[in-house]
Amino acid sequence: MRKGRLAAMVAAPLAVALIATGCGGGGSGSGEDGYITLNWAEPENPLVPGNTTEENGGFIIDALFTGLVQYRASDLKVENAVAESIESTDHQNYTIKLKPGWTFHDGTPVQAHNFVDAWNYSAYGPNGFQGASFYEQIDGYDQMQSKDPDGDGPAHAPKPAADKLSGLHVIDDNTFTVRLKSPFTIFPVLLGYSAYMPLPDSFFKDPKGFETHPIGNGPFKYESRTPNTELKVAAYDRYAGANKPQIKGATFKVYDQLDAAYQDLVSGNLDFLDAIPASALVGDKWKQDLGDRAKQKPGLLTQNLGFPIYDPKFKNPLVRKAISMSIDRKTITQQVFSGGRDPADGFATPAVDGYRPAQCGEACEFNPAKAKQLLQEAGGFPGVLTVETNADGGHNEWVQAVAANIKQNLGIETQFVPTPTFGEFRQKANAFKFSGLFRTGWKADYPNLETFLTQLYRTDASSNDYKYSNPAFDAALDRANAAPTVEAATAAYGDAEKLLGEDLPVIPLWVQPVQYGFSERIAQGEVKAYRELDLTTVRLNQ
Amino acid sequence: MGRYVLRRLLQLVPVFIGTTLIIYLLVWAIPGDPFAGKCGDRGCPPAYIAEMHEKYNLNDPLIVQYFKYLGKLLTGDFGETYAGVQVGTLIQQAYPITIKLALVALIIEGVIGLLAGILTGLRGRGFLDNLVLVSTLFLISLPVFVTGFVLQIVLGSELGIIRPTVSSNPSIGELIVPGFVLGSLSMAYVARLTRTSMMENRRADYVRTAVAKGLGSRRVVGVHLLRNSVIPVITFLGTDLGTLMGGAIVTEGVFNIRGIGGLIYKAILTKEGTTVTGIVTLLVLVYLLMNLLVDILYAVLDPRIRYD
Repeated sequence: MRKGRLAAMVAAPLAVALIATGCGGGGSGSGEDGYITLNWAEPENPLVPGNTTEENGGFIIDALFTGLVQYRASDLKVENAVAESIESTDHQNYTIKLKPGWTFHDGTPVQAHNFVDAWNYSAYGPNGFQGASFYEQIDGYDQMQSKDPDGDGPAHAPKPAADKLSGLHVIDDNTFTVRLKSPFTIFPVLLGYSAYMPLPDSFFKDPKGFETHPIGNGPFKYESRTPNTELKVAAYDRYAGANKPQIKGATFKVYDQLDAAYQDLVSGNLDFLDAIPASALVGDKWKQDLGDRAKQKPGLLTQNLGFPIYDPKFKNPLVRKAISMSIDRKTITQQVFSGGRDPADGFATPAVDGYRPAQCGEACEFNPAKAKQLLQEAGGFPGVLTVETNADGGHNEWVQAVAANIKQNLGIETQFVPTPTFGEFRQKANAFKFSGLFRTGWKADYPNLETFLTQLYRTDASSNDYKYSNPAFDAALDRANAAPTVEAATAAYGDAEKLLGEDLPVIPLWVQPVQYGFSERIAQGEVKAYRELDLTTVRLNQ
Repeated sequence: MGRYVLRRLLQLVPVFIGTTLIIYLLVWAIPGDPFAGKCGDRGCPPAYIAEMHEKYNLNDPLIVQYFKYLGKLLTGDFGETYAGVQVGTLIQQAYPITIKLALVALIIEGVIGLLAGILTGLRGRGFLDNLVLVSTLFLISLPVFVTGFVLQIVLGSELGIIRPTVSSNPSIGELIVPGFVLGSLSMAYVARLTRTSMMENRRADYVRTAVAKGLGSRRVVGVHLLRNSVIPVITFLGTDLGTLMGGAIVTEGVFNIRGIGGLIYKAILTKEGTTVTGIVTLLVLVYLLMNLLVDILYAVLDPRIRYD
């Protein structure tokens, strides 16, 4: 067969397709009309601030709402937004004054009662809001919850004793007070999180209607949504904040596959992609494709392996340290993630206020000789060490790599144990049923070191899946909570974190940087460490 | 014929109830609470989980849940997703796109496949025959996602002839390349099926008779030969359309087509039981009707097949 014929055979089906698509070519670049297009996925909850705890819903909430404070996009510094001032003398009773002139997208003014009513509604147990636990610091939260008498059965939970947080009081239209259960100096830092947004009066009249057309007070207003396809927001011309949007609006487009979104970014049909697919990270292909539009900065996501300290095998801190020191983090981040992760040296990420390098100390350094020696001192490890993960989250590869690493460097038998779904995995975690290392991770809710500590490692905290308990650590947190200034508190949290480096309730593995790309249309834009593009900072090329 | 169709339609009822029951039981019988992993490592407040259990009747026995669901379904209420979106709205949004894509794919595979099959079937060995055999073999051996990515990157990102992904409400023109990718495998089968069938029938007695009667070759091929050869192909195309109506998870993913395939895949991953059951129920109906249509077509094509 001559060469020409072979080529003709391969080319034939392609040629047919080419001829057939003669009409489909070109493709209008996204939004010449001042709208930009962003990669997005369907939110998992209705778009109500207090009920949104996952990031896709969060992106929209953050565009539609502005809270008492906001986080500056470049470095997440806390700035007053709707709040004129947040004052406290004892760090337990706060007086919050609002700036006048803020309005909701339906024209009604933003007043103190909009915050108080929203928080009361979100915290009230029977409303079943996902973000309810964010109000647990406020006095009266416990009286608004009730427990199902038979766990989860036919009998219903009784009505809670109260339907309002006793710690909240409206003083006048622009002032309200908050009383916390105990002193908490960094409370004002929390107030930029989506759960603390105000809600307009129309929400309480018709919550269901609000879900289909959310009304906020932020720089952008809700325009339209086609479920499972796209959501549009438009700039709100009466926005009272200093950071007025410079673009006309934004289209959040749903993609099921990161690869498809990436191809759209490369060819200019998508303006912002908040994560880079693994296929483009290999050999830094994305940097060649995008040039200086490929960007990276520290993120807010940690990946750890937890110890079931409730299991006697893991009681000895030396065993925990030995296992941690036998893991070659650097090689795994390079080979499994193609550099998409940075080895961790502590329990937080560099993007939060209060981060200190090397808080984990030598326990997070790769040192197989020392690891073996430590394990010997501890008397060895009995039996097989299991390493568990959920199989549906794309974690199998690195968990297997870590298990192989431990086996090779520590000389103990390891076994990789996948659980089919994340749901089952969480049920195991909640029931304290793990018998070996288990995968865990944490995403910061607000940019302070505290977000990586209290929930996870305080005795009996809600996400303390390890049953870790150290009175010295709890006391250090209490000291930090009551510190005189936010700076002092943040420093004190750093001291508490140092204690974790000794005890190692988890093995810090790596942190995930935010890797993102812009299209050629975007001249400038700040991406928050949340992987979220701050739409008010976007400027377009003319 | 009318009685046959009626009988077949009546048969749909028990099949429909049986399949939906099985689907419902399977979907909700997956171990693990769908809300246990909903809020990440932070975990959901118990009040939220209780509220959702109440809303989706998860505290009832499974069979009671099913009848509650079926009752709502019969009034046209598909229920809503955990994010509060009506499943009916989702289907309404996604289904026209899937149908468009399926039809484009079916036309591409039907036209090109039949044409290639007829030409090679009539001419027999030669360059064209070899070309079709080799290129169909090539298509059959390629997984769909490879064809998809290659066309997307070459035509979309490199040459800029098409957009790498389709727009939110794609036109027929935009769907031609995805349709080609989706139909390529079946196109190869159609070509080969037609070719074999034509070659076999070319030597059949009735063709010889037709030629001996002095009929023009156009009439011999067009009416006698083709009509008889095309029966297995129609069977194949019919079931294929049924499959295509169920959505194409891979192709839809590659070109970001917001169709039914991606919707159901996502729903399975996030354990959105209501969405899965709702869509699959609809697909069962489509499948049953497609099969009925194919069976009726047999009678039209082959006069020896009678249903009364």
